[in-house]
Amino acid sequence: MNEAANTAAPETRIVYCRCAYARVVPREVKDAVLESLSASNLDFDAAPDLCEMSARKDERLREIAAQPSATIVACYPRAVRWLFSGAGFPLDPEKVRILNMREEPAEAIVREILPLAETQQ
Amino acid sequence: MKGGLDLPVLRVALYEGRGARALEPAQRFELLQALLDKGYRVTRVTNGSGAAHSSDGTALAALGRFEDAQPEQAQDGETQVFIRNIEGLSAEQAVGLVEGIRSEAGLREPGGWKPWFPVIDYDRCTNCMQCLSFCLFDVYGASKEGKIQVQNQDNCKTDCPACSRVCPEVAILFPKYRHGPIHGGEIQADDLRREAMKVDISALLGGDIYQALRDRSAKAKSRFSKERDEDRALKERMRCLAKLQDDLDIPAEVFASLPTLEEIQAKAKSAQEKSTAVNGSGAKL
Ligand code: SF4
Ligand code: SF4
Repeated sequence: MNEAANTAAPETRIVYCRCAYARVVPREVKDAVLESLSASNLDFDAAPDLCEMSARKDERLREIAAQPSATIVACYPRAVRWLFSGAGFPLDPEKVRILNMREEPAEAIVREILPLAETQQ
Repeated sequence: MKGGLDLPVLRVALYEGRGARALEPAQRFELLQALLDKGYRVTRVTNGSGAAHSSDGTALAALGRFEDAQPEQAQDGETQVFIRNIEGLSAEQAVGLVEGIRSEAGLREPGGWKPWFPVIDYDRCTNCMQCLSFCLFDVYGASKEGKIQVQNQDNCKTDCPACSRVCPEVAILFPKYRHGPIHGGEIQADDLRREAMKVDISALLGGDIYQALRDRSAKAKSRFSKERDEDRALKERMRCLAKLQDDLDIPAEVFASLPTLEEIQAKAKSAQEKSTAVNGSGAKL
C-alpha cells in the first residue's frame, strides 16, 4: 500500500484528503481515519480536496512536496503522484508515502499512521 | 478560472498549543468534519511544528480555547490571521464564525466546482497529442517545449472521461472516476488489451449524425423506400451510439458535443504546427 515503504522519519508531515466533492472514497473509511487522527496527539493538515489544490497549483502542495518526509492519506498513489506533478510540484517517492483510502480498510491506514504519534511527542 | 479558483482562500488552524486548552475529542472531530465538508482546509496545531505557520499570503482563521484574551486580528508575515475563541461553541457555531470571517474578508467561498479534470501519467505518455486534438474545450495545451499539458482544468466537462478513452497509452487519469485504471489504480494486462481495441469515438460519429437527425423528420415523411431504409440505418446507428455512450460512460450532453472528424483533423493540424514552431520536430499525430 505504500509507495515508499519503511519511510521512517522523525517528523513526517501528515496530509489527509477528505475528497469532499465526490463519493469515491468510502465515507466510513474517511471518517474512521479522520477520527483516529483527531484523537491522536498528531499535528496534521486536512485538505478538503487535493484535486482542487492541484488545479489551483496551490503553493501548499509545493510545501508538502518539499518536506523531508510526508505521509499523504488520500487515494491511489499513481493519481496523487501525478496530481502533484501536474501542479508543478513533483513528489520524491523516497520521501513521501501515500496511503489509499479507496482500497485499504481504515484500520490498516490507522495502523500506518498512529506509530508516528510517538515520534511527534 | 471559473468559480474564482484563483482568489485567495481562508485556511483554518485548530490551535491547541501553549496558551490554549485542548479541544474535547468529540468536539475536535465534529469540527474537522464540518469544516472539511464545507471545503475549508484545516491544520491541527499542538506543538508548533510549523504546520500552520507558512506565510503563503493566504488568510488564516485560528480557532482555539484560549486561556487569555487574544487580539481579533494579527499579521504573520504576509498572512492575515483572524483569532477566535471557540470555548463552549458547537461545531456549527464555530463554522459560522469561520464563514463570517471569510465573507467579511471577501475571500473565496469554497466548493462550487467539482474538481474533475484529466491528469497525465508522464511515465506512460508518449506526447502523441491525440488528447489535445480530441478535446474541443481546450483543456489540453502544449508547454513552451512542446510537451502536452493539462492547462484549463475547469473547462473539463464534469464526469466525462472521454479523452481517457482516446489516449492510446492509458496515460490519462481522472482521480474521481469510479473505475480503474482511469481512477489511478495499477494498470493490468487486461486494461492494456482493452485499450488496444479502443474505438475511435469521433470516427464512429462521423460528424454527420446531428445533421442527419435534423433532417430526420423530413425523411420520415418520405414515401420512397430508399429513404425509409436510410432512416432505419440511422435508427440502428443511434442505437449503437447509445450503447457506446453507456459503455464508455460519457454523459449525454458531452456525447452530443463530441468533435467531428473534421474538427479533430483541424485541431491535430494546429497542435502539430504549434509543436513544430517550438521544437522544430512536431508532435507525432
Ligand atoms: S486526491 Fe484522491 S482522495 Fe483526494 S480529492 Fe482527489 S480523488 Fe479524492
Ligand atoms: S493521448 Fe495520451 S499519450 Fe497521447 S499526448 Fe495525450 S496523454 Fe499523452
